[in-house]
Amino acid sequence: MEISSFFSTRDLNAWFGKTLAVRAVNMSFAENTVSAIIGPSGCGKSTFLRCLNRLHEEVPGARVNGTVLLENKNIYSKDVDPVELRRQIGMVFQKPNPFPAFSVFDNVAVGLKLAGIRKSTILKDAVERSLRMAALWDEVKDKLNDAGTSLSGGQQQRLCIARALAVEPRVLLMDEPTSALDPISTAKIEELVSELKKAVTIIIVTHNMQQAARISDQTAFFLLGDLIEYGATSQLFTAPKDNRTERYITGRFG
Amino acid sequence: MIRSKSHKDIHFADRFFAGTLQAIAWGVPLLLVFIAIFLTWKSLPTIRLFGFSFLTSQTWDPVQDQFGALPVVYGTLVSSFLAVLLAAPISIGVALFLTELAPSWLARPVGFLVEMLAAIPSVVYGLWGIFVLAPLLRTTVQPALAKSLGHFPLFEGPPLGVGMMAAGVILAIMIIPTIATLSREVFLAIPAIQRENALALGATRWEMMQIAVLKTARSGILGAIILGLGRALGETMAVTMLIGNRAEISASLLAPGQTMSSLLANEYAEASGELHLSALLEVGLLLFLVTFIINALARLFVWRSTLGKSPR
Ligand SMILES: Nc1ncnc2c1ncn2[C@@H]1O[C@H](COP(=O)(O)OP(=O)(O)OP(=O)(O)O)[C@@H](O)[C@H]1O
Ligand SMILES: [Mg+2]
Repeated sequence: MEISSFFSTRDLNAWFGKTLAVRAVNMSFAENTVSAIIGPSGCGKSTFLRCLNRLHEEVPGARVNGTVLLENKNIYSKDVDPVELRRQIGMVFQKPNPFPAFSVFDNVAVGLKLAGIRKSTILKDAVERSLRMAALWDEVKDKLNDAGTSLSGGQQQRLCIARALAVEPRVLLMDEPTSALDPISTAKIEELVSELKKAVTIIIVTHNMQQAARISDQTAFFLLGDLIEYGATSQLFTAPKDNRTERYITGRFG
Repeated sequence: MIRSKSHKDIHFADRFFAGTLQAIAWGVPLLLVFIAIFLTWKSLPTIRLFGFSFLTSQTWDPVQDQFGALPVVYGTLVSSFLAVLLAAPISIGVALFLTELAPSWLARPVGFLVEMLAAIPSVVYGLWGIFVLAPLLRTTVQPALAKSLGHFPLFEGPPLGVGMMAAGVILAIMIIPTIATLSREVFLAIPAIQRENALALGATRWEMMQIAVLKTARSGILGAIILGLGRALGETMAVTMLIGNRAEISASLLAPGQTMSSLLANEYAEASGELHLSALLEVGLLLFLVTFIINALARLFVWRSTLGKSPR
C-alpha cells in the first residue's frame, strides 16, 4: 500500500546518549504536500526532523535506528552518502542564520558551489531563481554584494530559504521557521510555503496551531517522543481521534 | 540615627574604593606613557647624533661609537615572520582539531597541554633549542636544505645549527600556544547552528570547517596571528641562546643574526660609553613601539570578531 509513497519513515527511533527522544515513528509524506508537526516543547519534533536529513547523527552521542525511505531508497543504508543526501533534503532552521562572512549572493550560491558548480552564468541564474522562489528577489536584487547579515530578520529567513532551495532539493524541512519573526514576515513565509509546495515537499515544525491549520495538508501531533496522531489537517483540528490531541489543540495541556 | 551613620560609612567606603580603583586604572596607561618618555629621554644622545640614519645604517660598532639598528630590526622581523609562517598553519590546525574533530575527552586534556606550553619559561625552550633543535638542524635539516635548495640565497652557507632558522623555529614553537588557544576561543564562539547550516547544505566536514568556521573567524584568526607575532617580536632569552648573535644582515636563514631584544640582552650589562647606552635604549624604544602597535592591532581584530558581532 505504501510502496507508492514518496517519503516515509519506518520504526524510526532517535537517541541522545541513553535518552530515547523519538520512539518508533511511522509516517509517510506525499509528494508536493505540506505536512505540519505540532506538539509540546521537548516532544522530539526537531529531533525527528533532523533524522530526516541525517543531521541528528552529527550530534556527539546521538544515534538513530529505523528506516527512512525517499522514493523507496533507505537513506540510512550504507551506500548512501549523507553529504549527497542533504542536497536532496534541504533544511531551514528556527533562527535565520546566513553565513556572516558571505554576501547575499554567496549565501544563496554556497550550496551549488559545494556541489561543484563553478560556472558563473549558472550560479547567477540559480541565485536569481532561488531568490524569486523565496519572494526575496525584488528586495535584494540591488544588494547582492552586501553581507547576508545586513538584511532584516524576515529577509534573512527568506534568504535561508532561498539558500536551501538553490540546490533544488526534493524535500524541504522547516523547523519553526517563523518563531523568531514578526507577523508580517511570518505571513510572507506562510504564503511562500503554500507556493513552494508546487516544487518541493515540505515538512514544517511549528508551535503555532493556526499556522499549521492555515498552511498544511496533513498534521502530526507528537507527545514525549511518540507520534500520537497523524492525518488530514482539517480532520485533526476539527475531529481529533485521540483525546490527547484534542486536549492539546484546545489548549488544555502542553 | 545608627542607620544613617552606617549609610555614610558605606558611602565613604564606596568612594574610597572607587577612587583607588580609578587611580590604579589610570596608573597603568600612565606607566606606559612614562616608559615611552623615559626611553626617548635616555636615547636622546643617539637620536640627536644619528637621527634617521640610526634606522638605516648597518654598522653596529660600540668600539668606534658607530650605531645603526638596521641589522637587529631586520633580524627581529625575519625571525618573527619566519616563526609566524611556521606557527600559524600548525596552530590553526590544532585549534580546528580541538574544536571540530576531537571528542571532548581528548580535546580537554590536549587543549590544556597546549595552554601549558605557554607557561614554560623561555630559558627552558632555549636550553632545549641548544641541545636538541640546533644539533638536529645542523646534522639533518640544514644539510638536506642545502643539498636541495642550496642554490637559493635563502639556504646558502654552512650548516651551523644556531642562526636565524633556529631562532625562527624556537619562536614558532613558543607562539603556537598563543595562536592555537586564541583561535580555539574564536572557533568556540561560533554557534553550532552555523556548522549545522553548512552540513545541511551538503558540506563535507572539511567544507563545513572552511565555510562555517574559518571564513567566519577570519578576523579573529588574524588577530591571534598578530598577537603571536607580537610575542615573537619581544621574545628574548630563547632567541639570544639560538640566533648566533651577530648583528649582520644575511640573506641566508642558515646564517647567524641578531634581534633587537637579543642585542639588548647581550650588551646591556657591559655597555660602557654614554653613546652605547643611549643606542641600546633607542633600540629598546623601537622594540617598545613595534610591539605596542602590533599588540594593539591584534586586540582590535580579536575584539572585532568575538565581541563586535551580535552573538547569533
Ligand atoms: N543535544 C541534545 N543532547 C541531549 N538531549 C537533547 C539534545 N537536544 C534535545 N534533547 C532532548 O531530546 C528531547 C527532544 O528534543 P527536541 O529538540 O526534539 O524537542 P522539540 O519538540 O523540538 O522541542 P521544542 O518545541 O522546544 O523545539 C528533549 O527531551 C530534549 O531534552
Ligand atoms: Mg525544536
